[in-house]
Amino acid sequence: MDLKPMTTKERLAIPRQPMPAQDPKERIRNFREVHLGYTPELAQREAMRCIQCKDPACIKGCPVNIKIDKFIKLIAEGDFLGAVRKIKEDNILPAICGRVCPQEDQCEKVCILEKKHESVAIGNLERFVADYERETGNVELPEILPATGKRIAVIGSGPAGLSCANDLARLGHSVTVYEALHQLGGVLMYGIPEFRLPKDIVQAEIDGLKQIGVEFVTNTVVGRSVTIDELMEEEHFDAVFIGVGAGLPWFMGIPGENLLGVYSANEFLTRVNLMKAYDFPQSDTPVFDCRDKNVAVFGGGNTAMDAVRTAKRLGAEHAYIVYRRSEAEMPARKEEIDHAKNEGIEFLLLMNPIAFIGNEQQWLTGVKCIRMELGEADESGRRKPVPVKDSEFLLPIDMAVISIGNGSNPLIKQTTPEIEVSRRDTIVVDINSMATSKENVYAGGDIVTGGATVILAMGAGRTAAKAIHEKLAGQAPDFDNE
Amino acid sequence: MNNIVSAIFLAENIKKIEIHAPRIAKKRKAGQFVMIRVSEHGERIPLTIAGSDPEKGTVTLIVQGMGKSTRELNLKKEGESIHDIVGPLGTPSHIENFGTAVSIGGGVGTAIAYPTAVALKEAGNHVITINGARTKELVILENEMKAVSDEAYITTDDGSYGFHGFVTQKLQELIDSGKTINYVLAIGPIPMMKAVAEVTRPYGIPTVVSLNPVMVDGTGMCGGCRVTIDNEIRFACVDGPEFDAHKVDFKNLSDRNRMYLEEEQQSVEAFSHKCQLGQQK
Ligand SMILES: Cc1cc2nc3c(=O)[nH]c(=O)nc-3n(C[C@H](O)[C@H](O)[C@H](O)COP(=O)(O)OP(=O)(O)OC[C@H]3O[C@@H](n4cnc5c(N)ncnc54)[C@H](O)[C@@H]3O)c2cc1C
Ligand SMILES: Cc1cc2nc3c(=O)[nH]c(=O)nc-3n(C[C@H](O)[C@H](O)[C@H](O)COP(=O)(O)OP(=O)(O)OC[C@H]3O[C@@H](n4cnc5c(N)ncnc54)[C@H](O)[C@@H]3O)c2cc1C
Ligand code: SF4
Ligand code: FES
Repeated sequence: MDLKPMTTKERLAIPRQPMPAQDPKERIRNFREVHLGYTPELAQREAMRCIQCKDPACIKGCPVNIKIDKFIKLIAEGDFLGAVRKIKEDNILPAICGRVCPQEDQCEKVCILEKKHESVAIGNLERFVADYERETGNVELPEILPATGKRIAVIGSGPAGLSCANDLARLGHSVTVYEALHQLGGVLMYGIPEFRLPKDIVQAEIDGLKQIGVEFVTNTVVGRSVTIDELMEEEHFDAVFIGVGAGLPWFMGIPGENLLGVYSANEFLTRVNLMKAYDFPQSDTPVFDCRDKNVAVFGGGNTAMDAVRTAKRLGAEHAYIVYRRSEAEMPARKEEIDHAKNEGIEFLLLMNPIAFIGNEQQWLTGVKCIRMELGEADESGRRKPVPVKDSEFLLPIDMAVISIGNGSNPLIKQTTPEIEVSRRDTIVVDINSMATSKENVYAGGDIVTGGATVILAMGAGRTAAKAIHEKLAGQAPDFDNE
Repeated sequence: MNNIVSAIFLAENIKKIEIHAPRIAKKRKAGQFVMIRVSEHGERIPLTIAGSDPEKGTVTLIVQGMGKSTRELNLKKEGESIHDIVGPLGTPSHIENFGTAVSIGGGVGTAIAYPTAVALKEAGNHVITINGARTKELVILENEMKAVSDEAYITTDDGSYGFHGFVTQKLQELIDSGKTINYVLAIGPIPMMKAVAEVTRPYGIPTVVSLNPVMVDGTGMCGGCRVTIDNEIRFACVDGPEFDAHKVDFKNLSDRNRMYLEEEQQSVEAFSHKCQLGQQK
């Protein structure tokens, strides 16, 4: 390495280093990860682009304020393990966040280089050092503080629950995570596909938690198998964290939604990811046979992109995204939109479905759509799509996936009525502590915000862990409870 | 992993399986179900909790071998285990003292209706049970049903045992005899439930059916189990499985249950083939 300090000009002259990826023609025939990751050389070259701002904007753009300038400097110096440890001071799931965070709306959006050049590839670098640490077998077990004798129940094993469990366990508390499904990881496992987030990586994080003593109990639906009150009163948990996600799929309420071949994105992705339907009949769960069929996915978020790219990989001839606004309004990560396009996904923008059409046997054969145009801005600041008169047309399709978002599962509300919820059934918390209206019960992640992001869920889990720790520290330890 | 404490055939192809699952045994109420996965690559299938023993920490399932998953489960013996079981799921049956309550079961539906019949009896109802089967050999839970019934009838399609005819004919007979019936619960094949709904509709007798759409998670997360009730979408795994029979769109349910016919056949063929190979060894 050239040890002579680089000038800003020299740094700015380095172009943003693209991340090697599987060829689109190749990757639409497999479920392996699209991106192949930086090599150490690429990572260092990319890191050299950072001009080490005095007051780095990127840090403020990051929801958990990772010390971005510092970790990038360590990469530039070749200290990859130092870099990942620096990240882990603020973000305990860097291999995951490096892959799925919407960096272009967060740190990279405000990176000083973004205006004139391209921003530093912060996400790619984060991912690189996290992978480096794991692949070289250098993940260190964190220091665990002496046992406090306090017991905390975490409900849900998505990013919110895992992060909360992690911090509490390190502080010496005894943590049990209850998960409804047979598989841990929440959306990271059942929603986001392998080609975007390899399941081994999520599993490695879960294994890490097991190593620091977190207990996991799968197949337990809190509210049904056991209630929050029972956990606290009969099983003597001192505090409870609710991280149950936003898991109630919305439908559109248009005719024909119950035809054969119409799925919610949750069902389609769960069948394929969690139940491994791509491997049918080796795996027992079937999914619609997409081969040579036409598939339309309705929506413009990450979930829609995941569903449509999954359908393509299952062999769909035409795989469409049907979205009622324009591309600029799509909530999906830009990278996923770009990848989808490279993979031959067809984008039908400014179009809205009005009815699904089926045959005698009730199989889906098409969808009637209407063209839209953008009108006035709505409360969210996005221009509101309005239908264009007499512009209906029929799109022939064999399978449809509805991906217009999720509401909250009402189970916790029904079984623990003291917990205050909003009109949308999300749990109401104090944002500084994530405390709910019920004593010693905290909540965070999608169940509080509605469908949001992994990093926000993680941040919320950690904020709650801190508040729970502070609250319990004020109480005498009770080692004698069973 | 959950241990199988006992497993016995009640009739050809219908097995009663007692599984160790203490939390579920303690919490479950009539009308609720579990989702199970027999093996690691298994699908998640719903099965009604036919009974439980909270002391022993066990729940009882009664399973009819239909396709791959249920046949695989029915091969399991005492001492073996199943990979996953989660529950109790679904909204419990609405139980009160209605007066005279008729519980109708068709085929394995008898097993699904049984726990609710027990609860109806405990609530003080005059309980009449009508349990139908195609033929004598397939009649299940005869003694159990008798024990909770004030009047117990068995019907067989071929007349080999009990009343010769369908459960709906027996029900019509009871109505025609001038008996006041305040509540009807019907569980069985879709055509049977639909027929019962049509029998009671003209008399305005409150009638409840337990629907059996294809489920995946069983927790309200996927919407695959959606059914049409009064022209609205409802999720059977959380809002049901019991619904007002007079509001159910049975055609939509039976259409949707055909979604994976081909795949189901493929699974069963592969499975039978494997079983035969196993037997030859
Ligand atoms: C397909 C898809 C793609 C996405 N892509 C991205 C992306 O690229 N980038 C990004 O930042 N975000 C993305 N998101 C959003 C992100 O995944 C979520 O915001 C995040 O997972 C929320 O975390 P959580 O911990 O709150 O909940 P979840 O991840 O939903 O986890 C909740 C867990 O709780 C369990 N649970 C629910 N109810 C109970 C109960 N009663 N008892 C016990 N357990 C229960 C659930 O089974 C689940 O495992 C995506 C979401 C989806 C669906
Ligand atoms: C709430 C509920 C309670 C039930 N209780 C019982 C019970 O106590 N005893 C019993 O024997 N059966 C019960 N069933 C039916 C049982 O779940 C199905 O017979 C079983 O899933 C069939 O799986 P298979 O692989 O053996 O058959 P397959 O060959 O896969 O299918 C046979 C038929 O079963 C149905 N089916 C298939 N997969 C599923 C699935 N994942 N979820 C639901 N239905 C499916 C379909 O209608 C299909 O046509 C219940 C169903 C529901 C919804
Ligand atoms: S804003 Fe961009 S250039 Fe400045 S410190 Fe952050 S990553 Fe480096
Ligand atoms: S089975 Fe998935 S929502 Fe009911």
